[in-house]
Amino acid sequence: MSTQADSARAYWRENLRIIITYMVIWFAVSYGCGILFVDALDQIQFFGFPLGFWFAQQGAIYVFIALIWAYVFSMNRLDEKYDVHE
Amino acid sequence: MSLDLLTYMFIGGSFALYIGIAIWARAGSTKEFYVAGGGVPPVANGMATAADWMSAASFISLAGIVSFMGRDGAAYLMGWTGGYVLLAMLLAPYLRKFGKFTVPDFVGDRYYSSTARTIAVICTIVISFTYVAGQMRGVGIVFSRYLHIDIEMGVVVGMVIVFFYAVLGGMKGITYTQVAQYCVLIMAFMVPAFFLSMQVTGHFLPQAGLGATLESGKSVLVTLNELSTELGFDQYTQGNKTTIDMFFMTAALMCGTAGLPHVIVRFFTVPRVKDARISAGWALIFIAILYTTVPAVAGFGRVNLIETVNGPDNTGVEYTQMPAWFKNWEAAGLIAWADKNGDGRVQYQAGDAFDGGKPMFSEGTGEYGERMTENPSRSDNEVYVDRDIMVLANPEIANLPDWVIALVAAGAVAAALSTAAGLLLVISTSISHDLMKKTINPNITDKQELTYARLAAIVAIIIAGYFGINPPGFVAQVVALAFGLAASSVFPVIVLGIFSTRMNTQGAISGMLVGLGVTIAYIVYFKFLGGTPDQWLFGISPEGFGTVGMLLNFIVAMVVATLTPAPPQEIRHIIEDIRIPRGAAEAHVH
Repeated sequence: MSTQADSARAYWRENLRIIITYMVIWFAVSYGCGILFVDALDQIQFFGFPLGFWFAQQGAIYVFIALIWAYVFSMNRLDEKYDVHE
Repeated sequence: MSLDLLTYMFIGGSFALYIGIAIWARAGSTKEFYVAGGGVPPVANGMATAADWMSAASFISLAGIVSFMGRDGAAYLMGWTGGYVLLAMLLAPYLRKFGKFTVPDFVGDRYYSSTARTIAVICTIVISFTYVAGQMRGVGIVFSRYLHIDIEMGVVVGMVIVFFYAVLGGMKGITYTQVAQYCVLIMAFMVPAFFLSMQVTGHFLPQAGLGATLESGKSVLVTLNELSTELGFDQYTQGNKTTIDMFFMTAALMCGTAGLPHVIVRFFTVPRVKDARISAGWALIFIAILYTTVPAVAGFGRVNLIETVNGPDNTGVEYTQMPAWFKNWEAAGLIAWADKNGDGRVQYQAGDAFDGGKPMFSEGTGEYGERMTENPSRSDNEVYVDRDIMVLANPEIANLPDWVIALVAAGAVAAALSTAAGLLLVISTSISHDLMKKTINPNITDKQELTYARLAAIVAIIIAGYFGINPPGFVAQVVALAFGLAASSVFPVIVLGIFSTRMNTQGAISGMLVGLGVTIAYIVYFKFLGGTPDQWLFGISPEGFGTVGMLLNFIVAMVVATLTPAPPQEIRHIIEDIRIPRGAAEAHVH
């Protein structure tokens, strides 16, 4: 019984670590590149866009999609590893 | 074939499709009515979520907002998409595992308190009604502009359609009509965008076209910047808002998105926890197709608008020579012109053309046949353009074929109806399930509950229709309120409920009350009691203040929870259970 509880705790810890990693990226591309450092990045040209403007209006959204799918795959693997998948 | 006939065919055809689906997908039990039986495949749920989420505001208004705000429009673009990352990681899988029907269900059970449940019900209903009034209005505008019937009549037609499939089909009917509506609305948005992009830049993909170089040798964005500065606007790719305001506004929109009950409830409809995550991924892909196109439509639309109105040499075009769309939208009251320098030419530049921003039309027409107004301002700008017409007028401005224009009209209606239906369902569920069944009379049978749900849906549609016909002047203002409420009340309470085993009733209730109170007070003060922007706290606009409310909610909840007794053991078991995916299917049957 206690090993089962330990395993559940370990599963949750790994889940939290995955979430935190992805949330850091989520924050960096939107609030970082799109808002806080937008003017600095605008000095760089990227396919005809100032880079900061591109992140704010396009790039951040693409990264959001990638993050959700990365989370889907990470969690599917984690669910298998701890044998809690459906 | 005339444009009117084409528009009737497109809108009529799409309505026939929705009704057909509604009849095919009737709901027979409360479970089918509330969560479509819990058996919706994740791709379909992703599409339905996208249609549910993309309202008249996304379809009609967003490109206009970005077009007129330039880079600052990113707060909406990132805010309304980034929320899905929060949903996928922090909310959707756990709420699916919890396996009930509504957001107040979770709040009430997790915090073992009917007070907490009631606060959640009130938030849900207020948020949803705020939203739905705008949708009905959107339907009305499209009908009146394209089918030349009164806005009132348009709203009634919209009500009848929604009534049909929301009341009959419940969540099951709504889900499959939303899938169809997504297809209609995305086609309607993308086809003109492809045309525009080809026309302006020669690139097929609008996302790439916005960065392209024009025949003049300058890129689209450089051209926009030059046009904007020439006319006295700020540079298009430069921000106008302060960094702190952008930050808080984006955060409020993101967390608000993740806390909107009609979005959350969509994740209750999939069979497994895994599917909740996957359908968030699909939903964002389907949403991003539109959202990444919006900046391009906004940019091309702005170039086209300025060049058409001011003419190629930028001296203005004679009013009598203006294309038909200009006069059509003038007739609809969304464009106005006052010939201030008396040269008979239309000149557009920065500044409010009319005192107070919007024109007030008087009876009669002027020298050139233009509609007379009572309040031309002293600014040299002669033209008022309502930013809501950007998407609808774009195909006409760019001279696209009539069938594209008809398609756009059908798409706008699909966007408005799909969101309205999702919201109405949430309202009716809150009343029949959370209030009737869980709070007032727990002894009613499944059949009775279903009848209550249908009655509540009928009443909600009638109220929404009333607001659509007699729009309260504050619809635009209260949208900030809807997101502020969701961000400062629903979102923190759910996240804490999942991620903190220590969070208890007292913490949740005090957090919600503080978050709500602060946010509502701030928004009401600045939107209704005449507060001015120089009084903004730390320079944060009312749209962004939901973030402050949310932070206060988190802090107060955690402090109060540590000072009061921990939640009982069975609540700890609930939390441990929702964190593990296995067993979601069984969890759904209670």
